Amino acid sequence: MFLALRELAFARTRFGLMAAVIAMIAVLMVLLSGLSSGLVVDGVSGLMRSPIGAVAFSEGTKTDSAFTRSEVTRAQSDTWAAQGDVADAELLGTSIVNAKNGDGSPLDLTLFGVEPDGFVTPAAAQGREIAGPGEAVLSSSARDEGVALGDVITLSRLGTTLTVVGFTADQRTFGHVDVAFIPLTTWQEVHAGAMAGEQPSPEAYDVASVVALRGIDGRTPDLAAGDTAAHTSARTIKAAFDSSPGYAAELMTMQLIKAFLYAISALVVGAFFTLWTVQRTRELAVMRAMGASTRFLLTDGVLQAAILLVGALAVGMGVGLAFGGLLQGTGIPFALATGPILAGGALLLGLGLAGAAVATARIASIDPVTALGENR
Amino acid sequence: MTTTAPSTRTRTGLKLTDVTLTFGDGDDQVTALDHVDLTVVPGELIAIVGPSGAGKSSLLAVAGGLARPTSGSVVVVDTDLIGLSSRALAAFRRDHLGFVFQSGNLVPALTALDQLRLVEKITGRRATTPPEELLRAVGMDQHAGRRPGRLSGGERQRVGIARALVASPSVLLVDEPTAALDRRRSHEIVEVLAFQTHEFSVATVMVTHDHDVLEHCDRVLEMIDGRLRPL
Ligand SMILES: Nc1ncnc2c1ncn2[C@@H]1O[C@H](COP(=O)(O)OP(=O)(O)OP(=O)(O)O)[C@@H](O)[C@H]1O
Ligand SMILES: [Mg+2]
Repeated sequence: MFLALRELAFARTRFGLMAAVIAMIAVLMVLLSGLSSGLVVDGVSGLMRSPIGAVAFSEGTKTDSAFTRSEVTRAQSDTWAAQGDVADAELLGTSIVNAKNGDGSPLDLTLFGVEPDGFVTPAAAQGREIAGPGEAVLSSSARDEGVALGDVITLSRLGTTLTVVGFTADQRTFGHVDVAFIPLTTWQEVHAGAMAGEQPSPEAYDVASVVALRGIDGRTPDLAAGDTAAHTSARTIKAAFDSSPGYAAELMTMQLIKAFLYAISALVVGAFFTLWTVQRTRELAVMRAMGASTRFLLTDGVLQAAILLVGALAVGMGVGLAFGGLLQGTGIPFALATGPILAGGALLLGLGLAGAAVATARIASIDPVTALGENR
Repeated sequence: MTTTAPSTRTRTGLKLTDVTLTFGDGDDQVTALDHVDLTVVPGELIAIVGPSGAGKSSLLAVAGGLARPTSGSVVVVDTDLIGLSSRALAAFRRDHLGFVFQSGNLVPALTALDQLRLVEKITGRRATTPPEELLRAVGMDQHAGRRPGRLSGGERQRVGIARALVASPSVLLVDEPTAALDRRRSHEIVEVLAFQTHEFSVATVMVTHDHDVLEHCDRVLEMIDGRLRPL
């Protein structure tokens, strides 16, 4: 510590520059983390914030965009409901539509067709819950698009009208599109392609996209057993996220960028401390000649790195959070989540320390005899 | 003078017996030290002169436990260094050996006073004579707060001497302390060395090219081709 602090003060320009680089990496980490969390919220909050524990797709449905491709029947839903470890099983219709608000402004919506008194139906924080056909409760974020209570939304092509009776408390989006919770029957009419005012064939009222499941006491039910009985492909809700439009690819991209950022941070810190240690070879040899143990010198070096990293990361994360606060609530999918940001900070610290430790380890190979003789 | 000589401590000093150090093998073999015998008693300052490449630095390295001789024995305060592991050697250097390097070799980030305090950190114990007093003893108390970059060559060397004395070593090994200094400063530095050697009863070996300063030494030896003989 004695030497570490004095050298930090002495070489403050060099350490200051390094701290600035680490701080900027931390800012980037916070922003990427916020963007990741934002993409998750934008991509799957419609599912994530619902009480659904697992989703049963029609048998053999491919993972990508399964929510819109899958089609299940009421019989399959009933079979699931009969499973011993399943508390609730309900038909859920999902589809993405184009629509126009009353004032003619275009609107993209994900329609979630739900049983009006079922467990998936969300509470309305503003207005009231859906009670009858043609009513809709929209994601709170739809208000940013200019939608208000009492608005009448007209679906393109079919002309079906939906009356906005309520808004959810928080953002409910799916594939970056606001969710409109509507009665299952209305959804089934839209799904069957019935023009406004027309009745589809009776079978249309038997199908939905998936079966939404909830286990007893929040446990995940035995999905394999249910699949065998109902001829479906069930996945836990987390696994089902990957079936949301673009979700897996977006997250993969973010993970790749983050992985590069972490690798770069470890390398940058390692390279800096390698140069720093090489610069100090002479004084390190002198200290070794004076009998300083390898442990003494290593501890001092790693401690120095720790002080630099903690300070720079704290500043960088602070700046990142302040900057992220400004981004939140704009059109950019951005959400500040404490967990991922702290984990990212810890990872940057750990990797930085590892890089510094590897660089500082060369202290052990400095021969004290080189302290004798001329300065070379 | 407030410093008191630790006259009650009986110390052997340094004793090299039949020490040989060779580098390489076959045709490339260089004999840096050739059957060297040397005894230095506490309170004695001896000077070693000799042409370049004669083996003077090699002698200091072997005496200071920085290099292992090919054969022979090196005894410091009754301990034969030959049998010690690298780790034990480092611990031994901490406790019993002091080095004064060419041009001081101070740590650039530390003030004069902190150079001495660093030794206390390395050894993990307080200096018997406080660092401030050691700086005063070498005439550097005025510049205690200065870093090496703002000290002259002679001043750096004084700090280097004070630093070497912090751990109260039994043996002080000094490598060309006046190489970078003018005549007057050279005399001052070696006078300081001679004074501290007597004051603290240290066995001091100084390697030098500078024949001017030999008058301050108790004994002068010449090294030629790895062999040591009185001048
Ligand atoms: N690490 C080494 N490997 C091989 N040979 C070495 C090594 N160190 C020293 N030597 C050789 O040992 C001999 C003695 O070297 P040493 O450095 O002790 O001389 P010196 O008397 O200190 O010279 P100078 O006055 O130039 O400092 C020289 O011939 C040198 O080339
Ligand atoms: Mg030499």
